[in-house]
Amino acid sequence: MKFSMFWGCIAPLRYPGIESSTRDVLDALDVEYKDLEGASCCPAPGVFRSFSEPTWLSVGARNLALAESDGNQLMTICNGCYGSLFESNYELRQEPEKLEEVNKILKKVGMKYNGTTEVRHEAEVLYRDMGEDRVRGKVKKELNLNVAVHYGCHFLKPTETRGLGEAEKPTILDEIVEWTGAKSIDYRYKNLCCGAGGGVRARNPELAKAMTLKKYEAVKEAGADCLVTPCPFCHLQYDQAQPEDGLPVLHISQLLGLAFGSDEKRMGFNYHRIDVTPVLEKIK
Amino acid sequence: MAKMIDPEFAEKVAKEGDKSLFLCYQCGTCTASCPSSEITSFKTRKMIRFAQLGLKDDILPNDDLWDCTTCYTCQERCPRGVKIPKIILYLRNLAAQAGYMADAHKGTAKNLFIFGHAVSFKDKHEKLRKSLGLDGVPHTTLGSKKALEDLKTIMKANGFDSLIGYKEEK
Repeated sequence: MKFSMFWGCIAPLRYPGIESSTRDVLDALDVEYKDLEGASCCPAPGVFRSFSEPTWLSVGARNLALAESDGNQLMTICNGCYGSLFESNYELRQEPEKLEEVNKILKKVGMKYNGTTEVRHEAEVLYRDMGEDRVRGKVKKELNLNVAVHYGCHFLKPTETRGLGEAEKPTILDEIVEWTGAKSIDYRYKNLCCGAGGGVRARNPELAKAMTLKKYEAVKEAGADCLVTPCPFCHLQYDQAQPEDGLPVLHISQLLGLAFGSDEKRMGFNYHRIDVTPVLEKIK
Repeated sequence: MAKMIDPEFAEKVAKEGDKSLFLCYQCGTCTASCPSSEITSFKTRKMIRFAQLGLKDDILPNDDLWDCTTCYTCQERCPRGVKIPKIILYLRNLAAQAGYMADAHKGTAKNLFIFGHAVSFKDKHEKLRKSLGLDGVPHTTLGSKKALEDLKTIMKANGFDSLIGYKEEK
């Protein structure tokens, strides 16, 4: 199976080390993929869906149609992209009249969506398609880290449509993290939102920061070495809004890259605001 | 001044937002679960009650409406299966149509017309990508004029440009 990669906005344009780490991880696992040519923003649920559901739906449909003409499953590396594209796909499949409306608009640019694209998230592909043996088999360096796993909101929720299990005590990411030899530690507010979603980071940054600070205090208290997330937007919020002495933030691809022995220079750690050096020193 | 309830508004929210609106029996599990309700004046249960009663003047100009991060914890725990985030997003659509849009949000929305992405893309970002061995310009709307034009056509067909007050610079 081949994937069309939907890189999103924050990873390729703000933390491109997440994109290059993901490429290296997929290459190491012999996953076939190509870029989704001509893709746009998913579009992000916070601003675009909040303003205009029809715009959100038809821009999403355009991205879904691009993957459909590739004949590939669409893979995201971001909870926001995953949420937006999964949900718009779900709505279009459930409500034929909405698909018809959207196709009237896509027709203006010579496109059509038939509803056949499967929307996937990298972390869930790693867990369900690759599995423990294949991922563990690529680990060259066991990571002696205490990791605070942050799931983010739109990876598992709404659980009714995602079908990735329940969200109160999930284990998917903890398991992937532990395949690298790291320990996923328990901490208060593990399921707390980073604060950035729903357009809050742009409109009410103080509120977003207040949620980030609760997380920061909890992960410091628990003695974690780093935060690991499957979402570049949570990654951005934690890297930018924690105090100076906050925990280093790693995308799941960067953590796997370290374990796989990928080229550290391609992980972009020098562009993180919060210094990742303590993590790199500890695993030396 | 006495507040007027507007049943038609409530019906509209139930029809276009989500039909689960009237299933809410005001238990407050949503507010208790909401990370915003804990620290702001946004109270999930109250917002849903406003919608059930059609108290649109308590909803549309209300800043609280924008303090939801769409974390879905309320929906996960709701004993009545109310699709709360979907209803809130629809109320925001109505607020946006009524002109209650923050400038910061308009700015993000405009990025979609300029870059096809929610954030800007400048020379420094291209350099950063190249320094990591990536193609400088991603193979998205940033690398294809046609893709960006198609995207703009789709957004304009939905009236998104006039909604956010975007005018093409000539």
